[in-house]
Amino acid sequence: MIEPTAASVVPTTDPNTYLPAQPMPAGDLTDQMLATDFWTDELVAGAGIPIVDVPFVTVGSGIGSFVTVDYLRIAGVPTSQMRVLGTLDHPWQTYEYLTRVSQIPRGERLRSDSASRPDNIWGFPSYGFSEGVRNFNLKVLWGLFTEPIFSDYYTPKAGQAFETMEREKNRIGYDEMLVKGLVRIVRRRYGGGYFTILTPPEGASATKRVAFRSQYVHLAVGYPGLKFLPELQRYRTEHNDYRHIVNAYEAHEHVYERLLQQPSTVMVRGGGIVASRVLQRLMDDRLLKGAQTNIVHLFRTYYHGTNDGYGNEEDSRPGGGKTRIFMRRRGENGWAYQGFNYPKSVWGGQLKKQVRGLEGEQRAEIYKRMGGTNTPWRKLWQKQMNQGRREGWYTPLVGTVDDMQPNGERIVNHVRTAQGTVPVEVDFVIDCTGLEADIAEHRLLKDLLEHGGASRNPSGRLNVDRNFELIGTRSGNGAMYASGATTLGGYFPGVDTFLGLQVAAQEIYQDLHKRKFCKRIGPVRSTIQWWKWLFGSAP
Amino acid sequence: MLPTLNGRLQTRIFMLVVFGGIITFLITPVLPDGRPGLPGFDGDFYRITYIILATVLVLGIVWELIYHVIQQFRWEKDWPTLFGLITAINEGALVWLLLDLGLVPGMVDGVNEGNLPSFFFWAFFIDFSVIWFIIWLWTNGPMRVPLIRWRFFGGRIV
Repeated sequence: MIEPTAASVVPTTDPNTYLPAQPMPAGDLTDQMLATDFWTDELVAGAGIPIVDVPFVTVGSGIGSFVTVDYLRIAGVPTSQMRVLGTLDHPWQTYEYLTRVSQIPRGERLRSDSASRPDNIWGFPSYGFSEGVRNFNLKVLWGLFTEPIFSDYYTPKAGQAFETMEREKNRIGYDEMLVKGLVRIVRRRYGGGYFTILTPPEGASATKRVAFRSQYVHLAVGYPGLKFLPELQRYRTEHNDYRHIVNAYEAHEHVYERLLQQPSTVMVRGGGIVASRVLQRLMDDRLLKGAQTNIVHLFRTYYHGTNDGYGNEEDSRPGGGKTRIFMRRRGENGWAYQGFNYPKSVWGGQLKKQVRGLEGEQRAEIYKRMGGTNTPWRKLWQKQMNQGRREGWYTPLVGTVDDMQPNGERIVNHVRTAQGTVPVEVDFVIDCTGLEADIAEHRLLKDLLEHGGASRNPSGRLNVDRNFELIGTRSGNGAMYASGATTLGGYFPGVDTFLGLQVAAQEIYQDLHKRKFCKRIGPVRSTIQWWKWLFGSAP
Repeated sequence: MLPTLNGRLQTRIFMLVVFGGIITFLITPVLPDGRPGLPGFDGDFYRITYIILATVLVLGIVWELIYHVIQQFRWEKDWPTLFGLITAINEGALVWLLLDLGLVPGMVDGVNEGNLPSFFFWAFFIDFSVIWFIIWLWTNGPMRVPLIRWRFFGGRIV
C-alpha cells in the first residue's frame, strides 16, 4: 500500500503487515538500546529479545542478497551458516514490480548485458547464448556475434532472468536461509560482531523483535525510494490528482487503458531508459491497437550530437571543458545513446580499473563525465520515433516546467523554453525522470549513519571500500558489507546493476575467504561448481 | 570483451602458449605437405608450425598495442566480439606476408627464403585459422568458468 501523499513511491512490500497490531509486554527495543552504539549480550537479553546465532546475515532479501549468498554457497558455505533477512518472498520481487510497471513485463527485454546473469556467477553460458541455442535462434546468435557494430546490444527478456533466478534459488536452498521480516536496526556488538534486529510478521514469533547475532552482516536494501519532480508532487497534493500525473515506477496501467478509449495528449518527462520504454508502449498502442495518442516529450537536456556527462559538445559546458576525443558518446534527437546504464567497461575493463584507483573529487569527476541520462539506440525505437515525428504525433520539447494548472480534466503545463514560456495542455503526465531519494530516508541506513559508524562517499551514498566493506563499521573480528544502489559513487561504478551485484559479491566472497569463512573458488572448484550448476545439483 | 592493456597482453600470451601450443601439437601432423597422404609426425614440420606460432605471439604484442589505441575511441572502452574474430585477417595476412618474403627467422631450409608453394599457404591457412577460432571461442565464454576474476579484471590472469 503506497501512502499517496508521500514523496516516495517505491513500496517496500507493505511494512504494515509486519507491525504487530497490539503492543507486547516484552521483547521490544528499549530506549537505552536505541541510545547505545555498542550493545552487550546482556543488554539485548535484558530487553527480552531472543538471540539467534548465525555467522552471516544478509539484509534485504532482494537480488543483492541472493547473488551474495549464491557466491558463498558456491564457495562452500552451508545454508545453516547464513540467513537472508527481508520482506520479499523471492529475490526478484521488487525488481519485477518495478520493471513491470515501467513497461518491461516478462516478455520484454531488459537493458542488461548477455553475460550479466544473477543466477550464474560465471556468466557462461550467457543469456543470449542460452536463448540462441535452446530455440536454435540464429538471429539471436548472429546478433551476439555482431553486437554492437551491426546489431543492437543483445539484452535478455525479463522472464528469462526471473525463471533462471528461480532455478538457482532452488538449487542453492535459498528458502532454507530466508527469514521474513523487517530490519530497521543493525548495531555493533560489544566484543565483536553485530546484532541485527528483525521484526517478524505478526504471529510468526513470540516476541515483537528477534536479534540475529552474527560475525558478518551484508546490506543490500536497494533504492531508498524514488522521488517525484517537486512540481509534479505539488500538483498531485494540491489538486488531489493521482490519476493524471503518474510516476513511471508506480502502477499506471489505467493511463494506457484510457488512451485506448479516448484520443488524448500525454506528456512524457525524462530522457532515459524508462522514458524510452514508456514511449514504446504509447507508440505500440498507437500503431498496433489504434490509440489516437499525441505525445509531447519534454527534455530538460536536449542532446544533438557528441556529448558526455557535462552535456553537448557544442553547448556551453559549465565545469566540463571540452569533450575529449577519447571520452564522448553519440547523441541525437534529444537522446544521449549508450548501450547500458554505464559505459560497458566499468564492469571489468579500463573504466573499472581507472575508477578503482581514484579518490574524492577525481572520482566524482569521472562519475560526472561518464554520467548523464542516456538510453540505448535501438532500431525499433528509432523507427517508431521517426514515424511519430513525420506524422506529427510525437513532439519533442526542451525546457522545464514553471507551473501546472488544472483546466477541467486536463492539465496546463507552463513550460519554460529558450523561446519563452509556453502553455502545453495535456491529459496525462508520465514522470520518467527517476529522481532517487536520499539514503537517510531508509531507516536502517539512517541508523547506521547515526549509530553504526557508517559514512557517506563523495556522491552522498554509503562509503564502501574496494572490497565492499562498509568503512567505519568494523566491530572486533566482524565485518559489515554493503552492495547495490546504496553504495553508488564508490571505487566501483556499476553497483546498481545485475553484474555490479556480482562484482560486489565476488569481492565480498574474497574478503570472507581471507577471513576463513568460506573456501576459495579456484579453477578446480570453479569448474566443478559450474558443472553442478549446469546439471542443477546442489553446490 | 572488456580488456585493459595489461589484460590483453596476458590473455594473448596465455592463450597462444596454452591453447596454441596444444593445438599446434595436434594439428601439425595432418596439415597438407604437397605430397599424397598425411605427413605424420615430423620434426621439421613442428619447427615450422611452432615458429609460426611464436611469430603470431611476438607480432601480437604489437597488434595489441594498436588495438588498445583503437579501443580508446570507443566510449564504452569495450572490444566487441566481432573484432576479436576479424582481427585474424590483418594478423594472418601480415604473418603470411613475412613468411612469403622469407623474413621470419629460424625457418627450416627450403621455406626460409620466401616464394612459398600453394600447399604451404593452405597449411598455414588451416593452422592459423583453427588456432585463432578456438582461442576466440574460448575467450568469449568458457574462459570465465575456471577463472572467475578474469572477466572483472580486464582479462588479467595474474
